[in-house]
Amino acid sequence: MSDSASATEKVAARGSRRTGTLYRGDPGMWSWVAHRITGVLTFFFLFAHVLDTALVRVSPNAYDEVIETYKTPIVNLIEVGLVGAVLYHALNGLRVLLVDFWSKGPRLQKPMLWTILGIWVVVMVPGAYFMLERTVRELFGGN
Amino acid sequence: MTLALDKPRSPRRPAARRGNFELASWLFMRISGLALIILVLGHLLIMNILDGGVHRINFAFVAGRWSSPFWQFWDLSMLWLAEIHGGNGLRTVINDYARKDATRFWLKIMLYVSMVLILALGSYVIFTFDATIPAN
Ligand code: HEM
Repeated sequence: MSDSASATEKVAARGSRRTGTLYRGDPGMWSWVAHRITGVLTFFFLFAHVLDTALVRVSPNAYDEVIETYKTPIVNLIEVGLVGAVLYHALNGLRVLLVDFWSKGPRLQKPMLWTILGIWVVVMVPGAYFMLERTVRELFGGN
Repeated sequence: MTLALDKPRSPRRPAARRGNFELASWLFMRISGLALIILVLGHLLIMNILDGGVHRINFAFVAGRWSSPFWQFWDLSMLWLAEIHGGNGLRTVINDYARKDATRFWLKIMLYVSMVLILALGSYVIFTFDATIPAN
């Protein structure tokens, strides 16, 4: 067996769970699954969001009434989820760009995945704090 | 031992080129994605996180922002890029999962109709916004 063939076999053995593929079940596959789910979710939210914003052409009161529901605890929590989803999609989209256009990108795809997940946590912790602070204070703090 | 490796670059695979539309679409996803990082993350930071987030948003807040051509242009660019990027992404998803030609066809018709509706309505709202509209 040639050198390159045995190298390929080693990589295949490392990347697979008896399936013989490099990709299936790899973190790279899950990063794509999450990219797809967050993208579709964001697209559906955009549909609703353009409709609710269009209420500014109906009347200030109509708009304010709907926006008030965005300030309730449950919707506030959904908001954090949505921001988290969009942030993941944006960071992973940047990673996809680097894999496609940067000469070192394909080799560094996995370290870049851990990096964007790290950035996601670092941004989401204070982000969630600022988004939920007032709701939590009003629910439990009594003012 | 036989290895069942994927061979995406195998020359035996029949060429599946119909013009360059899919290449343009691939490139558009990347260029629009780059712009959306600034437009969308900036939008979320301002609207949801800074200075009280969603709690300070109401009609007067929107009126204040859309009095500036800068934010009008920001929101219009974001609307068009996000809707076409997301719609094109969903087109790929439909192509991947729809099993029957008829299902695929009707899902895409629904998608395109919704895209035209959202782009038209969103643009109309930005261009015709009127801060002096009666309160009720
Ligand atoms: C914030 C910055 C964004 C970046 C950097 C970004 C980047 C990308 C990239 C590079 C792709 C192509 C992936 C591929 O071809 O493998 C993609 C797919 C997609 N994006 Fe975005 N995107 C962003 C925002 C959005 C927004 C706002 C939406 C929704 C309106 C969205 C919805 C989608 C969808 C539905 C797909 C298709 C997913 C798939 O085929 O698996 N993206 N994005």
